[in-house]
Amino acid sequence: MAILINRNTKLITIGLTGKQGTFHTLQSRDYGTNVVGGVTPGKGGMVHEGIPVFNTCFEAVKETGANAAMIFVPPPYAADSIVECIDANIPLIICITEGIPVGDMLKVKAALRGSKSRLIGPNCPGVITPGECKIGIMPGHIHMPGNVGVISRSGTLTYEAVYQLTQREIGQSTCVGIGGDPVNGTNFIECLELFEKDPETDAVIMIGEIGGTAETEAARWIKANMTKPVVSFIAGAAAPKGKRMGHAGAIISGDDDSADAKFKILQECGVTIARSPAELGQKIAEVLKK
Amino acid sequence: MNVHEYQAKDLMRQFNIAVLKGGVADTPAQAVEVAKKLDGKIWVVKAQIHAGGRGKGGGVKLARSLEEVEKYAKEILGMQLVTHQTGPEGKKVLKVLVEQGCDIDHEYYCGIVLDRSRGKLCMMVSVEGGMEIEKVAHEAPEKIIKAYIDPATGFTPAAGRKLGYALGLKGETLNKAMKFFEGLYKLYVEKDCSIAEINPLVTTKSGDVLALDGKLNFDDNALFRHPEIEAMRDITEESAQELEAGKFGLSYISLDGNIGCLVNGAGLAMATLDILKLHGGTPANFLDVGGGATKETVQKAFSIILQDKNVKAILVNIFGGIMKCDIIANGVVDAAKELSLKVPLIVRLEGTNVALGKKILSESGLKIIPANDLADAAQKAVVAAKGA
Repeated sequence: MAILINRNTKLITIGLTGKQGTFHTLQSRDYGTNVVGGVTPGKGGMVHEGIPVFNTCFEAVKETGANAAMIFVPPPYAADSIVECIDANIPLIICITEGIPVGDMLKVKAALRGSKSRLIGPNCPGVITPGECKIGIMPGHIHMPGNVGVISRSGTLTYEAVYQLTQREIGQSTCVGIGGDPVNGTNFIECLELFEKDPETDAVIMIGEIGGTAETEAARWIKANMTKPVVSFIAGAAAPKGKRMGHAGAIISGDDDSADAKFKILQECGVTIARSPAELGQKIAEVLKK
Repeated sequence: MNVHEYQAKDLMRQFNIAVLKGGVADTPAQAVEVAKKLDGKIWVVKAQIHAGGRGKGGGVKLARSLEEVEKYAKEILGMQLVTHQTGPEGKKVLKVLVEQGCDIDHEYYCGIVLDRSRGKLCMMVSVEGGMEIEKVAHEAPEKIIKAYIDPATGFTPAAGRKLGYALGLKGETLNKAMKFFEGLYKLYVEKDCSIAEINPLVTTKSGDVLALDGKLNFDDNALFRHPEIEAMRDITEESAQELEAGKFGLSYISLDGNIGCLVNGAGLAMATLDILKLHGGTPANFLDVGGGATKETVQKAFSIILQDKNVKAILVNIFGGIMKCDIIANGVVDAAKELSLKVPLIVRLEGTNVALGKKILSESGLKIIPANDLADAAQKAVVAAKGA
């Protein structure tokens, strides 16, 4: 079961023939993902590394029956690729690209409303259901199948959390990187909702950051709706105000989007907090024992 | 990216947003020349730095004669202006904006920000002009009126009416305000702003609606399509190290501690600073080498970290995903040798090609303190920085 992706997922890569697109598509295929095609305008009809290439998403979906797309297109053109996937009715679109202008993402958000598509990212490591399907740039070998869901705004910090779990022989149901940009496709609450409904998930790790109010909104949702335990860490307690910490979305602009403010609300809403990023594995082990 | 008030006002003029006549000057003599060309008998001399609160710090003066224009320009140019946004060291003023005065009837606030959870832009107005909007939001949130703008419709007359009536405007002034709001929205969208703030927005005794001050920030990710905005960049306002790091694809922010940090990924880099603090240490910087780092960028990262003389120890924390540990290890070894590193170096490697990376480090002959995990790395870095 897990969430979002499994062994029945059929993937196409947008920007397949580029260096990054090729490398990570092959890594995903080696992991076991069913890669059915790729899209690069002008290269339709080619077969690249054994994968058929199409000129448009529309053609690729018609010919392969793909139900997921992974986007590796440079920032100036990535929003256009997302819109193309929405138009092709692809149910799950995962955009890895970092650096898409916010103005472009506002238009993408408008295009997503009322569509049949869900967008994960942009600026994210992707999604993995260990042992079944990997769509993204995360190192597959640090994961193991199991019952803990992971949701995160960060890439490498997610690997850190997953690694701590696997070291303790605690497996993961699905790990979702929702991305570090201020405007993204899927938020914490939507992922929590999916994990709450998933019979194979028993607990969730939620890794947030400074900036915005997504974590505080998630905290209130958890208090009202979530029956499964959630462990959370917020990165950026040591960050100065007003400085953009690498991610476009990681900037403290007021009092309520600092790490301390988010930790406080999460705790008030019954979430188990890990003040140190090194404690995530241990805290999950504790809540699973209860 | 940030621009000066005079640059923001030039952009506003292009979008038919009313601002006062004025010009920028580098010297007191130039300031007088600018003032002579403006109508009226009063002028405002305003320090141009990338920070708010300039008036309180003595960077904005009202001149009643050309002699006073010269006198105030002399005082302001070259001064180290300290405001609540500059930090205690302040910022050196290199330019002044000289503007004509105006007869203010009332001061308001107008701004545009991104509402992340709605995925829409939000235009806000308030009758509390001149006050910091964060303060108003805290003390009297009901005084802030918001209109969310759908990108599909763009700015609508309905939004303009909502905001204009909320400020108590009517007649010709209301019409002018609605045009003002629409112009500001267009500017924000067409130039890919990340913040637009007019504080204060004023109505004058003659019924005009003007931007008395103007602050614009731009989305760095959209600068590729705005060379005209990029050309406004004032590098004297930015940290030399941060700019240099940016050229190599490194994201670097200088902090005031003594443990230099080199990490891959923004989230892990933030978490590394956090865990150092939890263990009683203080980070000297945030540094994300990114996913595509090479041996050369790792070397560059080391040289930037070491430009900070406060650095007493360096912590390298890498979780290899796309990034391979052996590439990092080679970069670390070369940099340590080339820069003849004197401070203790703590390295924690995990992920892709970790065994190979660890082997390169241990066979290098360098005195590297290996760490097993995140907590171990933080602890060792804190101890090393204290011992040095």
